[in-house]
Amino acid sequence: MGSKAIKIALILLSASFVTIMLILPLVTVLTYSMRQGWRIFVSYITDYYTIKALNLTLLAAAVTLAVNTVFGIFSAWSITKFRFRGKQALTTLIDIPFSISPIIAGLVFILIFGRIGWAYPLMEAWNVKIVFAVPGIVLATVFVTFPFVSRELIPLMQSQGSEEEEAAALMGASGFLIFRKITFPHIKWGLLYGVILCAARALGEFGAVSVVSGHLRGKTNTLPLHVEVLFNEFKLTASFAVASILVVIAIIVLILRNIVEYRLKREDG
Amino acid sequence: MSGLKTPSGRLKRDVIPGFGLSMGVTLTMLSLIVLIPLASVPLVLKDYSLSEFWRVVTDRQTIATYKVSFSCAAAAAVINVFFGVLLAWVLTRYKFPGRRILDGLIELPFALPTAVAGVALTTLYSERGWIGYLFSKIGVKISYTTTGITIAMIFIGIPFVVRSIQPVLENLDPQYEEAAATLGASRARIFTSVVVPEILPAALTGFALAFARAIGEYGSVVFIAGNIPYRTQITPLMIMNKLEQFNYPAAASIALVMIVFSFLVLFGVNILQSKISEISRGS
Repeated sequence: MGSKAIKIALILLSASFVTIMLILPLVTVLTYSMRQGWRIFVSYITDYYTIKALNLTLLAAAVTLAVNTVFGIFSAWSITKFRFRGKQALTTLIDIPFSISPIIAGLVFILIFGRIGWAYPLMEAWNVKIVFAVPGIVLATVFVTFPFVSRELIPLMQSQGSEEEEAAALMGASGFLIFRKITFPHIKWGLLYGVILCAARALGEFGAVSVVSGHLRGKTNTLPLHVEVLFNEFKLTASFAVASILVVIAIIVLILRNIVEYRLKREDG
Repeated sequence: MSGLKTPSGRLKRDVIPGFGLSMGVTLTMLSLIVLIPLASVPLVLKDYSLSEFWRVVTDRQTIATYKVSFSCAAAAAVINVFFGVLLAWVLTRYKFPGRRILDGLIELPFALPTAVAGVALTTLYSERGWIGYLFSKIGVKISYTTTGITIAMIFIGIPFVVRSIQPVLENLDPQYEEAAATLGASRARIFTSVVVPEILPAALTGFALAFARAIGEYGSVVFIAGNIPYRTQITPLMIMNKLEQFNYPAAASIALVMIVFSFLVLFGVNILQSKISEISRGS
């Protein structure tokens, strides 16, 4: 067998794997959602509960992005611009949420704020509801996506070193000025990249949110949870119609990612 | 926290301002969002005796979930290493139309919400779905069996393996392969004795990451699993069941087992990764 034949065979095998494993599920969602026609599809995605779920999903994602971007910048700045003992340990601790089941991410907040949690009496006294309410959903989403931004920034800032920042500091620039004028222009595409990854995961988080939400329709249902509820009620077309909103978001995220990745590589080279 | 001296003998730290502030923000946020919440898991178990803990985590039904999660995740990770090496190879070594699209699609499991993947796979592989229908003709059931669980785990794990191996292959100079070919090595021989040793640590990292993710995964697996006790229940679902029965200590116990397990995997990955950077620095 010539090397050309091997090449074609390997490419075909790869393409079939991707088609069957990755593309077919997407096509399934889109075909099923359109099964009863366009008009019914539109009625499903503009349904009162769907819009409510969409709003909650966007709210949770927005708060998550804000918190994790702040954390990402501060943690990457501390880890890459200074020398201190325990740096490796700190990096490992930041990565913990990646290695933990989303179910456990949800569980920890139940164990703190739920009926048996140590913070429960305090929350009762302040009359704040965390679990089975919106704050719990936000907390669980922040937890599972916590390392996303810092993970992208740390290697990027490490490879750039800190000579330029040191020079600026020696000339008397403040920390904030150094960040804004020197560091930020170097990391802006990397930062955007991390934010996009974080957004994708935040919009789609299911396991952790499912534990803390309590599934109150119209109150604590996010879009992925709404997909589950409809699917379990055997409302297949409605479930897939709502899922198709998330598929469209996923495709946009993939395209954005590729654009930003391309910019990132160009700045590197 | 002593200042390290540079070769010129000058203190390197304190040059860039803002250490106190940025470290303070980092540690505060990390503690509030990750460390304190995680510490609550063992805290809940303080009134629990060791024998009670042991009874819960070695309960027959729970053991069955470990077996399902572990064996399906291992099978999926093995399959993913095979296809991951193949995809990484094809994407780095060949130029062909659609390569960029294929490359972009690898990330789909990261971008697609797991619940959507779950309902889509369940439908696709059920007896009425396109693929499930074909297999039902030859008497093979996929949805609601361990085969279905494995397929969902392959879906969720493939990007980890491809993205671990791809950079290594990109940096591997084809000259070595060419040299081996000039010396008369067969194609299979070149692959096993030149390429495989180079990508082995990366492939193992990919395996471990995909495996760990599959063990903890919930959304994409829970729909296709069907959750039949003793047969297709995964461990994360067992925690969910205990929560629904308001049996919080039991949920925390099983969670603790999973946390310890994933720390071990994370630890292993860290060792592997330092090996990889040693190799790439050493040569």
